[in-house]
Order: sequence, then structure tokens, then C-alpha cells
Amino acid sequence: MKIRALVASLLLLFWASLSLNAQTLDDTRASGVLKCGINTGLVGFAYPDEAGNWKGFDVDYCRAVAAAVLGDPDAVEYTPLTGKQRFTALAAGQVDVLSRNTTWTFSRDTDLKQTFAGINYYDGQGFMVHASSGVMSAYELSGAAVCIQTGTTTELNLADFFRANDMDYDPVPIETNAEAKQQFFAEACDVYTSDRSGLAATRASHEDPDSLMVLPEIISKEPLGPLVRHGDDQWADIARWVLNALITAEEKGLTMDNVMSMGDSNDPEVRRLLGTEGELASFIGLDSSWAANAIAAVGNYGEIFERHIGVNTAIGLERGHNALWTDGGLIYSPPFR
Amino acid sequence: MGQSGFVRKTMVPAAAPPMLEGTVIGWLRANLFNSWLNSALSVVFVTAVAYLLWQFIPWAFKSSWTANSLVECRQQIKAGFGEDVSGACWAVIRERYLQLIYGFYPADLYWRPNLTFVLMLIALAPVLFPTVSRKLLLFSCMYPFLGYWLLWGGSIWGVALVVAELALAFYLLSPLTARFGLLITIVGVVLATVLWWLFAVAPLQSLFHGILPLGLRAVPSNQFGGFTLSTIIGVTGIVASLPLGILWALGRRSDMLIVRSISVGFIELIRGVPLITLLFVASTLLNIFLPPGTSFDIILRVVIVVTLFSSGYVAEVIRGGLAALPVGQYEASDALGLDYWKSMRLVVLPQALKISIPGIVSSFIGLFKDTTLVSIIGLLDPLGLSNAIRADSAWNGIVWELYVFIAVMFFAFCFAMSRYSMHLERRLETGH
Amino acid sequence: MLLNDSRYRSTTIQVVVVIGLMLFFAWLINNTLNNLASLGKGVSLSFLNAPASYDINQRLIEYTSRSTHLRASVVGLLNTLLVAALGCALATVMGVIIGILRLSTNWVVSRLMAVYVEVFRNVPILLWIVFFMAVLIETLPKPAAFRGENPEASLFLWDSVAITNRGWYVPEPLFSRGLGDLDVGGLFYLSMDLFALVAVFVAGLMASARLVRRAQRIQETTGVRPVTWYWRVLLIAGPTLALLFILGFHLRLPELKGFNFTNGIYMRNSLVALWLALSCYTAAFIAEIVRAGIQAVSKGQTEASYSLGLRPRLTMNLIILPQALRVIIPPLISQYLNLTKNSSLAIAIGYMDITGTLGGITLNQTGRELECILLLMIVYLCISLSVSSVMNWYNSKVKLKEK
Repeated sequence: MKIRALVASLLLLFWASLSLNAQTLDDTRASGVLKCGINTGLVGFAYPDEAGNWKGFDVDYCRAVAAAVLGDPDAVEYTPLTGKQRFTALAAGQVDVLSRNTTWTFSRDTDLKQTFAGINYYDGQGFMVHASSGVMSAYELSGAAVCIQTGTTTELNLADFFRANDMDYDPVPIETNAEAKQQFFAEACDVYTSDRSGLAATRASHEDPDSLMVLPEIISKEPLGPLVRHGDDQWADIARWVLNALITAEEKGLTMDNVMSMGDSNDPEVRRLLGTEGELASFIGLDSSWAANAIAAVGNYGEIFERHIGVNTAIGLERGHNALWTDGGLIYSPPFR
Repeated sequence: MGQSGFVRKTMVPAAAPPMLEGTVIGWLRANLFNSWLNSALSVVFVTAVAYLLWQFIPWAFKSSWTANSLVECRQQIKAGFGEDVSGACWAVIRERYLQLIYGFYPADLYWRPNLTFVLMLIALAPVLFPTVSRKLLLFSCMYPFLGYWLLWGGSIWGVALVVAELALAFYLLSPLTARFGLLITIVGVVLATVLWWLFAVAPLQSLFHGILPLGLRAVPSNQFGGFTLSTIIGVTGIVASLPLGILWALGRRSDMLIVRSISVGFIELIRGVPLITLLFVASTLLNIFLPPGTSFDIILRVVIVVTLFSSGYVAEVIRGGLAALPVGQYEASDALGLDYWKSMRLVVLPQALKISIPGIVSSFIGLFKDTTLVSIIGLLDPLGLSNAIRADSAWNGIVWELYVFIAVMFFAFCFAMSRYSMHLERRLETGH
Repeated sequence: MLLNDSRYRSTTIQVVVVIGLMLFFAWLINNTLNNLASLGKGVSLSFLNAPASYDINQRLIEYTSRSTHLRASVVGLLNTLLVAALGCALATVMGVIIGILRLSTNWVVSRLMAVYVEVFRNVPILLWIVFFMAVLIETLPKPAAFRGENPEASLFLWDSVAITNRGWYVPEPLFSRGLGDLDVGGLFYLSMDLFALVAVFVAGLMASARLVRRAQRIQETTGVRPVTWYWRVLLIAGPTLALLFILGFHLRLPELKGFNFTNGIYMRNSLVALWLALSCYTAAFIAEIVRAGIQAVSKGQTEASYSLGLRPRLTMNLIILPQALRVIIPPLISQYLNLTKNSSLAIAIGYMDITGTLGGITLNQTGRELECILLLMIVYLCISLSVSSVMNWYNSKVKLKEK
């Protein structure tokens, strides 16, 4: 027993020291798959289809990173994570990128030692009620039963909002969006509070969307984005600039279909992005066609948006804040220079 | 005294049988309406069952099997059965039943889990049915490795190398013990095994694989889900917990104070906390307990924790078996001069384990049902998959159909197991 | 060598085991500290004193979102104990009834009970919990259905009980001339009214027991047992009713106001679903235990008792039940333990038990996985160990005294 424990501990320590110092990029290249953490199921953002392939807005970001790093958008190992597990899974190296509609907050960035790669969705917490209740404003909600997903920042925002306005409420905590929907549709709660994207998706899936109403108040800022661990700056750069490449692609009119033929474009920034001019790619340690691969795999930011959550999908979200800055939105990429 | 007033001299003619004997009404009267209370109970219960069926059957049968989304389902049912009928949308089961059973396992490889399952039944046969040839036990010992290789795939050489080393160690155990004594042999064998696994298997595997590439397509763990995952966790958990459980049970009955206290402490700790807290440990804390940077598969972590969990329960079952054995058996084996391990191995354990089989089967049923808890830590067992399926916008809002399907599957499996366990109990009872 | 000398063998092995165990723990702790250091966290329980910032819907003691995480955990613990106590009570009643009905001569009843037991035993408890929750949400009327001129739904029992898909509202006992609350160390309030009522009731019970003993004595000396039941009823009920009247007892009925029913005691859906699911599931196991216990008492015991001239009721009370209980109680208590542990699945339907507060939201918001999960395990362990020590005490008390 004694010798065994000693030997086992020595061996494990040895093994551990082997794997500790390697860089995430090298590890990913060596294993040939990108380890990506996603939601266990959220309409439009991550869900498995009939054949078991993960789909959605968040999933496409993973695919873009895999295409940029490995040249193959399908070389992704998806790990569905609950709200509770996501940060430990990332910290422990179980996943290398977390693309799971996570709000960028101060404490998550600093205390939990994460690096946010950017913002791919500007959201805010809102309220949805049944139109039959006659409520027109969130300030009329005193005494209401409020359905809320646990394990998220929405819970704290809600408590703060009602406390600040000196109103009572009856929180009905729920694990998943599907259950929240079931309760809200059956009027087991008067109000459903969540990110407004989630509210819109939920409203769209109702038999009669007009019987539901999203209230005008937005009680929090919820900038959602992918994140990586502290401490590997090269990997964080890759995560950040893949997102920026997708945004710039929309700005420059590069799409899934035309990106491969745009390498000889007259626009120098497009040429730098697609690797036909300059050597930006070598600065982050990727092939020169990294951005072209990512865009060819999933399309530009706008295409991803429209494919999974845009107005023509069952979810039907307007671009709103998530339009390009040139269209009056907040989606903005630093220049490729 | 001795004077009786009346003595019958002639035979009384035989009375006609009760009119209703043997008829349905007679049976009803004897079984359902033999008293006021029973009559009332019968009426109440029959009405309740009729009401439930009245609610359930139209829903189950006025249904749609062909639609491709919930909306389409509702339209089909409205078109087929009338405007205000709400029926079941079994179409979701038609579309997703393979996913619920196999998870995301590649569709062209379904034969592998199927084969593993069939082989499992064969491997279990010599344990569960006394009439099957004992020679099959060798196959049962090989089965865990074979099953692992079939499910996860990859090169056969890794598994073959591990098996070869273990077989060699087993073969050499008794000559080495005779030469060096038990303790040194065991330590040496364990050390050799660990070293072999950590340092020799991987390079030798790639070497052999280079020479003769034999293997199956590798399937990574994140493709596992559905009932396949439940079965893997349940079966591995109970099988791996058996040896551990035997050790804990022996430790708890040991007369060495420290060994006994450790065993009692472990068993009580495991049985005192809910499985879900242990699963939280597996999903969030195990990384913290292991050396920095070690990170392994979540399924493996869950299997380890489930094994520890079930070993606590199996230990108590086996302890019951040990306690049920007559003291004479222990005394007789002592009288024969057998040492502790020999008397356990040859006399006590074979009998105690035989008595414990029904108990072990019921802990297996319990464990199999408890595998649904892994959905709480994000694994996609049937219940977890039902949530993921609901996240597909085509099926968003579907509730009962998935629950009913999962419940029926679990019921069929567990019910069959419990019937078998009862059959075993009866068989063992007549054995005394 | 020490191992081959039977005098020292056991000591040697134990020493080796202890050293091995200590090394193992040292290794674990060392890893943990290293890992935590690299994550930049230490082990500290100070987060328990920080404000929790979240609300809990069901609280048996005072709690607001400004209270500490510690208090949130206590609220959760009380909720766990509440649902466990309710569940054990209902499961026992259901289990005993079903167990006895399974032995009924009535074919329909005994078959149906067998079906009940098999159906509930063979489907996972987690599935039952979400299933019961879905039934409650989907089939019961919503509060809005009680509104308007011709409401679709109405209250039960003379407008006193409202059953909605949010929960059940039952009348709330109130005292217009109450004694107030007693502040126990700032932790919670103890209702003095309840305290007084319990005290008076227990005193009545004790007085009644004295009366029975006196009747017994008279019967033993004179052979005639005085009729005492009306005295006993008066002793138990009289003072209690009088006290209720003095305190100004009245019920406050639930009424629909604003979004929800207000007033009355509100049992949330999550509590009801969890309670029913745990009870129905555990009842199936208890029914089997009860059936086995009754069948374990051999028929000869009944016959012997009849031949001694005891009547059926006395036979049941004096001969069968004491023997059956000896077989029934130990597995029954382990079922209670199972029920308590299974109540941790409350997390699936949002019932705020200790797994939902300490192991759920507190863990999420503070990121203190290690401390939260270990504390959670310790709490459950304490509950289990205290119940099983009661069980051991009972076992040793009723054990057959073999000479």
C-alpha cells in the first residue's frame, strides 16, 4: 500500500510535469481536435440535431476556431457543460475554449482567472409577461411569480432590481430554458426573466406569439462572448482574432461562398485578412489561410447570426445592438493591420 | 354420561354445489365482493384505473408518427382527429429513438454497442446460470477488455498488451510467491503493472500498430450517450465495485482495529451522502484533488465515482452474506488448517457470494436507475438527451412523449432484472 | 520477517495501512493546495459571511437577499428537513396501506397494488420527480382561472383551499391575541403560541396516560375496569381548545389578490411535486417491507394466540405487530435515509433545498467548489449518521434476547 501510493504519486507527478507547460495551440495541433465547451442545450445557440451533430450560434464559433487552427471545422470535441461546471472545466483544461453564452463580468475575468476573447452577442436582461395580464412595465410587477434560470447572473440582477425598487416577488428557480418555458406557458409563473435573446426565442416558439409581451425595461448589460484560460496569451489572441475575423468579414462583404475568390481583392485589409498580403498569420502562429478557412467553414458573423437566430429562423431575432457599427450597432472589430 | 340424544343413522344427501361456483360471477363474488369493504375498494379502484386509461388512451392513440416538428405534429393531429384534440407526438420518438439509445455513436458503428451488449450477456451467463459451463468464466474475465475495445475502438494492440501483462502476472503469481513471499510478490507485480501501463504500453502499441495495423475506428467519449451510456456506467460500476466491495466487507469484519475502522468509515461515508454530491465531486473537484494538469475523461471520472459509491452498498450486501453463513463453516475451514485468504477464497466467499447475488442484483437495479443523475452534471444520458432534444427548435415544447419513452425503457429493463432476482432468491432458498 | 510471525503480523499490516493511508491523504491535500494556489484561490470559509444576493422563495426562517450565504444554507437545510419529514410521514402511511392491501384477498386490489409497487420501483426517482412536476404544471388550473364572473376553477372545501399550478394554498392558523415570538439567539423566531399549544397538549396526553394507569390498577385489584374514555378525551382536548379560544385562534383563508393568491400557507409546486414523488416512490419500497414483515410472522403465532383466547385485535397488537415491527423498522429507517438523500434531487425542479442553495447558487456565485461541496457532504453525513445511530439504538433495544 505504502510503496504503491508512493510510486503512483511519483509517476503521476512525473506525468503531470510533462503536460503542464505545453501550450494550448501545440496541444490542440498535436491531438488534432479542438476541445470546446458548449451549452447542454439552448435553442438557437447549441443543440444536437437528429444525426447527433451539434448546431447553433455558439457552436459555429467553435467550428470557426477549429477551421482556423486545424483547417477542419469538424475537428471539434464538444463538451456540453452546465452553468456550474463551465469555469472549472475550462480551468482544469477539460476544454480549451468556452463558447457558452457567458456574460463578461469583472469577477469572472479577474477572480475566476478567465480571459474573454470578445463579445459576440450584446444582450440584456428583460422580462416577458402574458399579454392577458395587462402589465405594461416591469415596475408593475410587484407580487409576481418570476421564472428564472439558476446559476446565471440573471438571478442576482433580478434580486437587485426588485430590492432597489422595493417590490416583492416570488422567484421560481429553474434549471433549463425548456423547463422555464413549460412553466411560463402554463402560467405557473407570471413573468419569465432572461436575456432578451432568450425571451424572443421563447416567445417565437409559442403557438400564439402575440399573446406574450416582452416588457420595455432592460435591467442589465449582458455582453456574451467566448472565453479561454488566463495565462496562455497566444491562445487568447487566436480566440479573439478569429471572432474579429468573422466580424471584419461581414464588414468587408466576405461570405462563405465568395471568400475563397476574394484573395485578390483590391482592398488591402481583405488581402491581409485572407493572408494574400503581409504575414499577420505568423504573428499568432497560424497558417496564412486561417481566416479564410474560418469564414469558408461558417460564413461571416452576419451569416452565422442569420442562420441560427436571425429573423428568418424560428427564433426570429432582429440584429438590434448586434448589427455592425456601420449599421448603427455595437459589433465592431479592431483593424487587421 | 355416554348418552347422546341423537345419532344419525342415514347418510345426508349431498348438497348441490353453490350455484355460482366456477362461473365468472362466482369468482367475482369470492374475490372482489366478499365484504362491504372489499366491494367498496373494488369499485373505487376499478373506477380510478378506468378513469386513468380513459385519459391516457385517446392521447396515446390520437397521435402523429410522421411529422418532422412539433408544429407539424399539432397540425396533423388537428387535421386527422378534429380541432380540439390534443394527442401524443410520437414522431419525436421515431426521429430520435436511435439517439436516445446510442447517443451520438456513429450510426454505421451501431453493431459495436450491440455486440458488446450481447457479449455481456454471454459473459454474465456462467455467473448467473449454474448450468452453463464453467469454462466460459475465462471469457468473462476477458470480457471487460474486449468490451472496452469494442466500444471505444482504437488499436487492438493496447488492449492486447495490457491483457498479456496481466495474464503473465497471474500465471507467475504462485511460483513467485513460493520464491519471494506474498508481500514482495504483490508489490512487485503491482509495480510492474503500473510501470508497464505508463511507460511500455504506448510505445509498444505504436510499434506493433506500425507493423500490423489491427484496430477499430476510435470513438471518443463525447459521442457516448443515451441508454448506452447508462448501461456502461451502471454495468462497469457494479462489476468494478464487486472486488472493492468484497475487500470493504472483509475489512469491516476484520479483527484488526485500524483496518476495520477505515472500512467502516469509508462505507458509512459513501452511504451517508447522496450520489449527486459525489457526482459533483467527479465533475468539479476531482481535477483539484489530482496532480496539476491531469485531466481525464468525464465518463471515466463518473465511472470511478460510481464504482466507489456502489462498492459501499455492495460491501453491505456481501457483509450480510458473510454474516448469514453458519459459524461452523468458518470453524471447519480453520480446523482444516487453511490460512485466512485460503479459507476466504475456498470456503467462505463462494458461499457468501452465492447468497448475496439477489442483493447484488437489486443494488445493480438501484445503480442503473441512479445513472439518470448524471444528466444533472451535463452528461447526455436519456434524461439529459431529452433536454437537448427540446433545445432543437423543431421539438421545443415537447414533454410527455420523451418522459414516457424513457420511463418505459427503464421499466422494462429494471422489471426484468427484478423478476430474475426474485427467481434467484427462490432457487437459492430451496438449496438449503 | 515481521509478516510471517503471527505475533506481529496484524500490527505490521495495520502500521503499513496507516502509513499508506496517511501518504495518500498527504498526496491529496498537497495536490489540492497546489491546484488551488495555481488557480489563485485559498481554502477559506469567509465567503459564508458575505451577502448571498439571491432570493429564496421558500424560507422557514427570516431571509432576504442581503442575508449571508451561511443563512441561505441554513434556509436550504431546513427545506431539506421539511421535505424529508413530510415525505417520510406520507411514504409511511402510503406504504403501510399499500403493503396491507397487497395481502388483501381482493383480487383487483392486490393486483393493482402489485402493479403500483412494480411501476414505481422500476422507474428512476429523478424521472418521477420531473414527471410529477410536469403533471402539476400542466394539469392544474392557473391562478387567472379563478378570476372573473364565471371562473373556470374554484376553491375547495368551502373556499378555503386553492389548488393552482403554482402551488397549493391552505388556510393559515392565526392568533388574534397571540403571545408573540421568542427570538432565539437572533437565528430564528419561535412562535410562543405554538410552544404553549404543544406544551398544553403534551400535558393533556400525560394526564390521560395517568388516568389509564389508574384504570389499570383498579382493574387489577377489583377486576372491573372503570370507563374512562370521555375523561381522557376531555383531558386531552379540553385545555387545548380552551387555550386556542383564549389566544383568539382563527384561520386566514387564501384570496386572489394581484398576480397570485395571498394569505394562507403556500405550498409551492416544487415542494408538492418533490413531496409526492419521493413519497410515492419510497412508499413502493415500504410496502414491500411491510408485506415481508407481516409475512415473516409465522401463522403458528396467530393460531397460538387464538388458542390462548386472545381476540383478533389483541393478537395483532400483542403478538403480530411487535414481531413484525422488529423485521420492519430497520429497513424502514434505511428507506427514510434514502428518501432524505433522494431529496437532494430537488435541484432538478428548483426546490431550494441545501443542494440548491449551498451546492447550487452559492457555489455558482462564489466559485468555491471545494468548500461548498465538502460542506454539503458533511451536512448530509451528519443527517445520515444521526438517523442511523437512532436505528442502531432501536435495533439493540428490540434485538431478540438470546440466552
